[in-house]
Amino acid sequence: MRILVVEDDLEAQRYLVNGLKEAGHVVDDAADGETGLTLALSRPYDVAVIDRMLPKMDGLKLVAEMREHSNATPVLFLSALSEVDDRVKGLKAGGDDYLTKPYAFVELLARIDALMRRRSPQTVKTRLQVGDLELDLLTRTAKRAGSAIDLQPREFRLLEYLMRHASQVVTRTMLLESVWEYHFDPQTNVIDVHISRLRAKIDKGFDTALLHTVRGAGYMIRARA
Amino acid sequence: MRAPSILRTQAYRIVLVYVTVFAVSVTALIAFTYWNTKRALDEQTDQIIEAEITGLSEQYQQLGLRGLADVVISRSAHGGPGLYLLANRLKQPIVGNLDAWPSSMTLPGNFVEFDYQRRIENKLDTRRARGRVFVLAGGFYLLVAQDVYERYQTEKLFTTTLPWTVGLVLLLGLGGGALMSRNMLARLDSINRTSGEIMGGDLSRRVPIGEAHDEFDALAENLNAMLDRIERLMKGVREVTDSVAHDLRTPLNRLRNRLEATLRHLEPASAETAEIEAAVAETDSLITTFNALLLIAEADAGVTRGEMAPIDLAAIAADMAELYAPLAEEKGVNLEIAPSGATMIDGNRSLISQALANLVDNAIKYTPAGGKVTVTASGTPLGVELRVVDTGPGIPPVERARVVERFVRLEASRNSPGTGLGLSLVAAVARLHDAKLMLEDNAPGLRAIIRFPRQPLRPR
Repeated sequence: MRILVVEDDLEAQRYLVNGLKEAGHVVDDAADGETGLTLALSRPYDVAVIDRMLPKMDGLKLVAEMREHSNATPVLFLSALSEVDDRVKGLKAGGDDYLTKPYAFVELLARIDALMRRRSPQTVKTRLQVGDLELDLLTRTAKRAGSAIDLQPREFRLLEYLMRHASQVVTRTMLLESVWEYHFDPQTNVIDVHISRLRAKIDKGFDTALLHTVRGAGYMIRARA
Repeated sequence: MRAPSILRTQAYRIVLVYVTVFAVSVTALIAFTYWNTKRALDEQTDQIIEAEITGLSEQYQQLGLRGLADVVISRSAHGGPGLYLLANRLKQPIVGNLDAWPSSMTLPGNFVEFDYQRRIENKLDTRRARGRVFVLAGGFYLLVAQDVYERYQTEKLFTTTLPWTVGLVLLLGLGGGALMSRNMLARLDSINRTSGEIMGGDLSRRVPIGEAHDEFDALAENLNAMLDRIERLMKGVREVTDSVAHDLRTPLNRLRNRLEATLRHLEPASAETAEIEAAVAETDSLITTFNALLLIAEADAGVTRGEMAPIDLAAIAADMAELYAPLAEEKGVNLEIAPSGATMIDGNRSLISQALANLVDNAIKYTPAGGKVTVTASGTPLGVELRVVDTGPGIPPVERARVVERFVRLEASRNSPGTGLGLSLVAAVARLHDAKLMLEDNAPGLRAIIRFPRQPLRPR
């Protein structure tokens, strides 16, 4: 996948670019807003990672300009600013996701994967399937190997999110943000408890586990281990 | 501005007092003028009567009763305002243009007003006169009077119209006052509304300035100048928190990047990996503490007010209980949510959720298995409340004020994970919403209450 990184802190940029390359992505970089905009408009990218504060052209302005030029590349904002109001500003300016520095690299990778997935043309799905686990989005029911699984509404949304991102790492923060719509870090890891409950419902009594814990990163649902 | 509320305003009260004073003054002025005019006219009449009596008594002395009668007859024939009646000892009329002795005329000496009847164009007319009785030598009575019918009519007109005049003055005064105070209130209202919007977070708003250059415009200009200064200060605070955030997060970010990059190139099972992972965890806890501190500073400075919107505390409480239910169950704590009434407030959903999460998290953490944690959102006469009640060990009374301070951790919890900023953040979020955080004894356990004011921050 082709990723554009616009980051003025050169050291942070180097780590970011190297990390993304190691993860198998093709990366272009820019150290200021104007260069970033020129690159963004001249080549197709799958995702752009843009720092919120940039010389020459602010990150918000850069994304606004991209959107002005009908460039729909998914944008992940990186910001060292305080978060509460800033997240809203970033998303309003046309950003698709927002990550506060310092971030865990796995978090960044997981979010980039999610943004790329979002970009790929999506037919309106009414069913999701991972292995023998099926989710009917119309009747809001779940089945594994043909037998119904009783899920609470929130468990259904949790499973739906995981299955929409099947074979991708989904972090706890991503789950908290998309399933619960909270943008803060609870002191205790409440998400883990929800996951273990969900796991008990979908994996218990089956030979192959579908819901996996990815050490140091989060969770992943996939058909084969 | 609604009509009934105008009566309760200070402006209208001032108008009311003013109109009352005005009406009393007008009444007093009219009464004084009336009384003075009447007295002058009466004096004039009395002088005429006095002169006539003097003249007539001279006639009597010179010409005797017959001569006097002749003069009275001739004067009576004039048809002017003069009224005469010469009577005997028994007050039986002898001559004059009065048909009968008026019953109210008794004692000689004083000027008395009386009614008499006069035939005008074959119609008997009751008229008013003012006169005096004079006793002639020989026991005869002479009544000399002046017709004051016209003056009397004017007087009557005056006394009947006076209440109406006063009523009209009051009515016009109150009506005018209402209009005036409405105008004044409209301008005060616009100042109030703007201040409310600014308190609700929109610092760019300014009080509209009229073209009259009056006191209201001067007030508006002063307020606007003050607002300019507040906006500059707030912008300054925001810039400081932003640059502190930026300047600390950038090196922390590099540090974390370096550790992670190192980690990626190490053997997963080596001793170095464990060390670096521990270092990453330390960095993360540093970041958590820093973020919490920054959030408290922001909430205290009010820089996050921009996101204030109508929110339902009951929904937030239900969501939070749902989020923590599995955790509580795993710990063997019974987490309950109590239903409640009207719980809408103007607030920042994210911050209130985080504050409530901190309280619920603490409650579950400190409540032993078998205990109970109850989350309630309720509208009370005192305000809209979020309550988290547990059956844990509680907080000793002497420590309650201290635990909301930054980095304060009680001895009992020193070894459990946490930043010591949880309750400080709750208190800061409460302050941002003009709400109060109260920690009370639940005997046993802790009762934490965030009480939001009843009045919305923004007038709607």
